[in-house]
Amino acid sequence: MASTSSTKSVVVDRYAVGARINHWVTAISFILLALSGLAFFTPSLYFLTGLFGGGQLARTLHPWIGVVLFISFSGLFVRFWKANLWNADDSAWMSKLPDVVAGHEERLPEIGKYNAGQKLVFWGMALLILVLFATGLVIWQQYFGASSSIDQQRVALLIHAAAAVGTILIWIVHVYAAIWVRGTIQAMTRGNVTGGWGWRHHRKWLREEVQKGEVKAQPAE
Amino acid sequence: MATMELVRRSASSSPAFQPGAQEVAKLIDVSKCIGCKACQAACLEWNDLREEVGFNDGTLNNPHDLTPASFTVMRFTEWENAATGNLEFLIRKDGCMHCSDPGCLKACPAPGAIVQYSNGIVDFDHDKCIGCGYCVKGCPFNIPRISKADNKAYKCTLCSDRVAVGQGPACAKACPTKAISFGTKQEMKDLADKRINDLKSRGYGQAGLYDPPGVNGTHVMYVLHHNDRPSLYAGLPDNPKISTVVELWKGVAKYAGLAFIGLAAVGAAVHHMVAGPNRVSSEDEENAARLKEKA
Repeated sequence: MASTSSTKSVVVDRYAVGARINHWVTAISFILLALSGLAFFTPSLYFLTGLFGGGQLARTLHPWIGVVLFISFSGLFVRFWKANLWNADDSAWMSKLPDVVAGHEERLPEIGKYNAGQKLVFWGMALLILVLFATGLVIWQQYFGASSSIDQQRVALLIHAAAAVGTILIWIVHVYAAIWVRGTIQAMTRGNVTGGWGWRHHRKWLREEVQKGEVKAQPAE
Repeated sequence: MATMELVRRSASSSPAFQPGAQEVAKLIDVSKCIGCKACQAACLEWNDLREEVGFNDGTLNNPHDLTPASFTVMRFTEWENAATGNLEFLIRKDGCMHCSDPGCLKACPAPGAIVQYSNGIVDFDHDKCIGCGYCVKGCPFNIPRISKADNKAYKCTLCSDRVAVGQGPACAKACPTKAISFGTKQEMKDLADKRINDLKSRGYGQAGLYDPPGVNGTHVMYVLHHNDRPSLYAGLPDNPKISTVVELWKGVAKYAGLAFIGLAAVGAAVHHMVAGPNRVSSEDEENAARLKEKA
């Protein structure tokens, strides 16, 4: 039996096409926001406004892209918030962070669809995007310049900048984890992962998918 | 007086303001102002601006506030002086103070959109302005206004175009009572001293020169009869300085933020070099396939 199974491999669907489109709209908006936002954040990166057609256009577009991101991320939030609720496995996983960083996954508890790190990325982004949207409206000079006091706008600017740095840090963790853990990116491109990826990183989730009969044999290349 | 050498520009590394030999200043003697608004008219005229027809709000303030088309505005305050029992009509010509340490220039993200000349004039270069409104947040005096027409910031230029060819600002030229004077900063301080001595001799014991040290002095100064209480004059700040929040945002937040981002990126790269990729093994694949078969 073992000899037959070793010749086969299985794949598991992880993200439906709607979730993937939702993710990539958010991702592209995020990158455009980071590029234009960093241009306003520090003069040494002001040249990035050139990507948007100059300073005036970058200033015009940045808040609108922010609106797109806020709506798009709200979609991701509705899709994924339940799967990101904290549970006992997550606390156990967090207590073994050195093993996580070293890649000793055999020493970690079996986990569901998301591990604690992914959940922290999710909730961190959710919180900071809410903060960025709220403070962003306060400093949207063109439409809301007269809606708050200058003192409030100063505080909003500082919080907006700090929260933006926070999201960029989380984004680095998110992107790096996807690169470091090989086989992850295809979840957001083709929508599935290999059974082995599920076994290694999200075994509890794999077991659930197997129970549901969602695990298929690898289609011929 | 016609030196217009550029000493500082926004969003660029440049040293703190060092006044040139010809540091200029406009002196507004509030005690001589009759509120005729000739300065407002002259400002519109010289800068080729048209203010919209407004409405009367029951005061003499007209327009009610600075706008992208009104670089200066007379602010009228009726104040009952408890000490003398007099009703005092305080009139202050508001507009850009041309700070030695300009908050607008510090906050501006667009290189060269705000410049400071060696004579102390702070000017906006509209070709480079992006309309973000950061200068509005940077200014301790609430002066710049963003135009809805072209999304660019506007304020008093201290008639830099006139000063460059040896003339004084249009408002000073138009003032019928010589409440507005223009010259080198030292000349204006000397003139102010004479006026302050005169005011003190006539019962205004607290008369003084408003040249606030919190912004390293300004290039528009006031002679105030109540210099102990500048805020009497339609909210002129008692101790103006660039907001601590703005200093934090443009200082530690910028450098710490970039450092954190850089460290995170480098940390990720180092981790990958040390730990290597986290690959799925063929055993993992076999275990998954076996799990499926058992089900």
